[in-house]
Amino acid sequence: MQTTFTGRVWKFGEAISTDLMVPGSKVLANPGITPEEAAQFCMSANRPGWVDQVQPGDLLVAGTNFGCGSSRNGSQPLKVLGIACVLADSVSRIHLRNAVNTGLPTLVAPGISAFVEEGQRLEVNIVSGQVKNLDTGKTLQAQAWPEDSPPFQILMAGGLDAYMKDKVRKAGLVRA
Amino acid sequence: MTIAEKILAKHAGVDSVKPGQYVWCKVDATSGHSLRALELLGVDRVWDPERVFIVDDHQAPPPTIEVANRMRETRRLVKKYGIKHYYEYGRGGILHQVFAERGMYAPGELIAQGDSHSTSGGVFNACVTNANMDAVHILAFGDLWFRVPESVRVVLNGTLPAWCVGKDVILKVASELGTDYGLYKSVEYVGPVAAQMTLAQRWTISNMGVEVGAKFALFEADAKTDAFLKDRVTRPYEHVTADPDAAYEAQYEFDLSTLTPMVARPGDPGNGVPVESVLTEHVKIDQAFLGSCTNARLEDLEVAARIIKGKQIHPDVRMLVSPSSQEVFGQALKAGYLEILADAGALVEHSTCGPCYGGHMGVLGDHEVCISSSNRNFQGRMGSPLAKVWLASPATVAASAIAGEIVDPRQYL
Amino acid sequence: MGMTMAEKILASRSGKSVVAPGEYVWAKVDGTGVFGPIPMMEELGIEQVYDTARVYAVDDHFAPSPTVERANAHKALKDFATKYGIENYFEYGRHGILHQVFPEHGYVSPGDLIVSVDSHSTSYGCFNAMGAPIMEELSFVVITGQLWMRVPPSIKFTLAGTLPAYCVGKDVMLKIAADYGTDVAVYKSVEFLGPVAAQLSLGSRFTMSNMGVEIGAKCAIFEADDKTYEFLEGRMKREPQPVSPDPDARYEAEYTVDCTNLEPMVALPHDPSNSHPVAAVESERLRVDQAFLGSCTNARVEDIAVAAKILQGRQVHPDVRMIVTPASSEVWHECARLGYWEVLSAAGAMITNPGCGACPGGHLGLLADQERCISSSNRNFQGRMGSPLAEVCLASPATVAASAIKGYIADPREFM
Repeated sequence: MQTTFTGRVWKFGEAISTDLMVPGSKVLANPGITPEEAAQFCMSANRPGWVDQVQPGDLLVAGTNFGCGSSRNGSQPLKVLGIACVLADSVSRIHLRNAVNTGLPTLVAPGISAFVEEGQRLEVNIVSGQVKNLDTGKTLQAQAWPEDSPPFQILMAGGLDAYMKDKVRKAGLVRA
Repeated sequence: MTIAEKILAKHAGVDSVKPGQYVWCKVDATSGHSLRALELLGVDRVWDPERVFIVDDHQAPPPTIEVANRMRETRRLVKKYGIKHYYEYGRGGILHQVFAERGMYAPGELIAQGDSHSTSGGVFNACVTNANMDAVHILAFGDLWFRVPESVRVVLNGTLPAWCVGKDVILKVASELGTDYGLYKSVEYVGPVAAQMTLAQRWTISNMGVEVGAKFALFEADAKTDAFLKDRVTRPYEHVTADPDAAYEAQYEFDLSTLTPMVARPGDPGNGVPVESVLTEHVKIDQAFLGSCTNARLEDLEVAARIIKGKQIHPDVRMLVSPSSQEVFGQALKAGYLEILADAGALVEHSTCGPCYGGHMGVLGDHEVCISSSNRNFQGRMGSPLAKVWLASPATVAASAIAGEIVDPRQYL
Repeated sequence: MGMTMAEKILASRSGKSVVAPGEYVWAKVDGTGVFGPIPMMEELGIEQVYDTARVYAVDDHFAPSPTVERANAHKALKDFATKYGIENYFEYGRHGILHQVFPEHGYVSPGDLIVSVDSHSTSYGCFNAMGAPIMEELSFVVITGQLWMRVPPSIKFTLAGTLPAYCVGKDVMLKIAADYGTDVAVYKSVEFLGPVAAQLSLGSRFTMSNMGVEIGAKCAIFEADDKTYEFLEGRMKREPQPVSPDPDARYEAEYTVDCTNLEPMVALPHDPSNSHPVAAVESERLRVDQAFLGSCTNARVEDIAVAAKILQGRQVHPDVRMIVTPASSEVWHECARLGYWEVLSAAGAMITNPGCGACPGGHLGLLADQERCISSSNRNFQGRMGSPLAEVCLASPATVAASAIKGYIADPREFM
C-alpha cells in the first residue's frame, strides 16, 4: 500500500451520506449489480455527471460527517472510480471502518474543507498525517492512525480481504 | 470508568481502558451477513454457531430473482455453518427487533453486527454497534479491534409531557447538538426522563444513535429492561452503570418539561423543529409511513390506532403500516390495532424494512412528500431523489395521515 | 331461436334481438378497468372518458410500489383519474386486485358486459356477467364505451354429481384443464351449469370463471342465484339483468364433468393442464420451499378461512416460507376481524398487504433458482413467479396449507 498520495481535489460539502454514494433504490434494489455498475450511481443525486469526470489518482475532500447514514460501503464506489485518498473535516465511524476494510485511505482532517479548493492539488502522507496544498504551499495536520493500531495494519495490508487471508492461513483455519 | 469503558475493558480482559486506546475485545454475538466472505476465505466453521444471528429483512419477501437467489444462498450458508438463530420471513421481521426478541442482547455485553441501526441494542445497557465487513473477523475469531471511544453524557431532565415520546426527544436533542455530537463517541442517556420513558421510547433514541454519529448509544438498565428480557435471555447478566468519577468529554443537559411534538425537515435528521412551527406551511403529504426499527413497536401502533380510530385516512394520502417484527404484528392483531388502521384505509404490510430505505414496499415517486416514523430523511432515502421525507413520532404521522398535511398530534390526543 | 348466455348479453348490449356465433357486433360496455393512464386521450385531446362512473382504476400488480419507476407510474394513474373525474380510483389501503375490488364495490351486475384490462377479467362471469379481457383496445373502450365483438361460439360444461366437501372450484378447474386441455375453450364462451355449479360457493365459481382464460375462454359464465345476490345485495350500482341459456340454445360442444369422485388436484410444472390428484404425487415427497396463498383466483375470505382452520395450532414447516396475500383491503379486514391473521401469523406465515403480489412474479416473494412453490394462483408457466429455474405447482388453498405444514406437496384430507 502506498503511503503518499498526490492528486487533484474534488470537493464536496457537509453531511455527504452513504445514501448519496450508494443509492438504495438503484443499487440495493439490484443485488446482482457489479461494483463497476454501482459506481456509476455514486453521487448521482447531488452531483450528476461527476462519475464521468473523476480520474484515477484524484482525491476527495469533504466537510463534516462524511459518510453519515447507513452502513452501506460508500468507499467501494469511490475506489472503483479511482479516488486514491479521502480527507474530511469529520467522518462517520461506520464509514471510516468500511474505508479501512476497503483499503481506501480516509483521513479525519479537521479544517481540510477550508484548507483547499476544488481543482487544487494536495500531497498527503497517511503515515505522518501531513497534508500539503501544492497550490498554496500551506500544510495541515490530519489525524493519522498510530502505526501499531489494527486499522493502520489492515489498511497497509490493502484492506480486510488481504488481511484476513493472511490471518486465517496463519491461524490454521483454512480447509486443506 | 464510563459504561462503554467498563464493557470494553471487561471484554478485552484488562482492568481498565482509556479513550483513544486500541484494544482487541471478545465479542458476544454478531450477525451472519459475512458468512459468504468467510467461506471465500476457506474457513468452514464459525467461532460459535450459537452466537450468530441472521434475519433477511431489507428485501423480504424478494422483489426480484436476484434477491431471491441471494436469500437462497443465505439458507445454504446457514445450514453449512450450523447457524441456529436464523429467522426466515414469516418468523422474522426487522433484525434489530427480532434479535432483541430472540435474546441476542443483555446488559454488559459487547455486540458488533450488521446494519447501522445496530446502536438500537444500546437500550439494553449493552455496547452494540455496527460491524459491516468486520463481521467476518468476528465469525472467524470471535473478537474484533476497537478504538475506545470518548464518552459523552446527555442528561434528560424534567418530565416528558404525555404527548411526547422518545422520537421527539431525540429530534430535539439532535436539532440542538447537531448530528455529529456523538461522532465516534459512546453516548450515555441518563436522567429522570431516561428513567421515565418506556423501553420502546428509549429504544427509539438508541436506534437513532447512529444518526448522531454514536459508536454506542447507551441507557442504564432497570426493571423495564429486565421485564423485556425475562424469558428471552437465560444467561446471567449484570447491569452496568458508570462510576461516579467517570470522565466524560462533554455533558449536555436538557429540560424536557416543555417539549412539544417535533418534526425533522427534509434532508437531515438534525433538522428538527417543533411541529407547530410548520403548520402555516400546510405541508401536504402523499404518503405516511408508520414502520421501521425506530418506531413500529406495539405502543407506536397503539397511539396511531388511538388517534385514527373511527376516522379515515385522507383520500390523497397512502398510509403504510409495517410492524417491526412478526411478533409485534401478532400482538398488534390481537390488540385490534391493525384492524383499526386497516379500517381507516391504511395499508397494513408485513414486517419489513422496505419503505424506510426506498428498497420496495412503498417507494416514493418524483416530487412526493412523506411523513415517516423512520430514522433518516437524506435526499433519495425513500426513493426518488426528488421526493421529500419528514421524520416524526407515530402520533404526528397518524394525525397527519388523517389531515392530509403535517399537523400537531395534540389536537387528536 | 334460443340463445346462450353470452349471445343474450351481446344481443342486449348491441341493441339486437338475436345474435349468432361468428357475427360481428358493436356492443356497449357496462364497465371497464384500467391500471395505467390512457395516453391516447392526451394525444387526441379527448376531454372525458365515456362515463366516469363506469371506468375503474386500481394499481394492483405492484402494490405498494417496489421501485421509483413504479411509484411514478402509480402517481400517473392517480393523476389520470383525478384529471378525468374517475371517482372509482382505489388508493393503497382501500384497494386490492382489480377483479376483487370491482365486484366488492358493486361495479358488476348480472347481465353486464365488462371488457377490461388484465386476462383474469373472465372472473366477472361468476356474477352472471360476460367478462372479457382486452389490452391494447382499452383506449377505445374508455373513450367510446363500446367495442366490436365477434360473437363467440358457446360450449357447455355440465358439472354433475356432488362435489365432495374437501374439494373446491379450483380442484374442478384443474381437473377440467387436465382432461380437456388448455385450448378446449379458445375463443369460446364457456358456460358452467348443472347441480355442482349451483352447489359451488360464489368464491369457487369466481375461481372457475377466473381460470376460464387458462383454458382459452373469451368468457366463462355461471347463472345467477341466491349466492350471487347475497354478495351483490347492497353493493350493485346497476339493476341486474340476469341471463340463463334458453332451453334450445345451441352449443358448439357439451361436456359433462362428474364431480362426485373428485379429489384435491395439483397442477405440476409448467402448465395448468399438467394436473393430477394430489394423492397420486404425495409419495414422491415433492419438497416445497414456498407456499403462496394469494391471487384473484383463491385469496378470498373463504380461502383464507380454510387455510386458517388447517393451520390452527400448527406450524409452517421450518424449511417452508408461507406468504399470504389477500385479494383486497376488504378481505384483509374481514380476515383480521375473524381472527384468521392471528392464527396464520402464529403459525409462522407472513401476512402481506393485498395485491397481486407474487403471482405474476412482480414483487412480494419471487422464487430463486431450483425452488418449488405450491400456489393458490392460476398460472405455472416457466418463470411465472421468478426464476425460470423454479417450479410452480397450482392447487386449492387447503392443499397449499397442508403442503406448508408437511414441507412437501400433501393431500389436505388428513387435516380436514
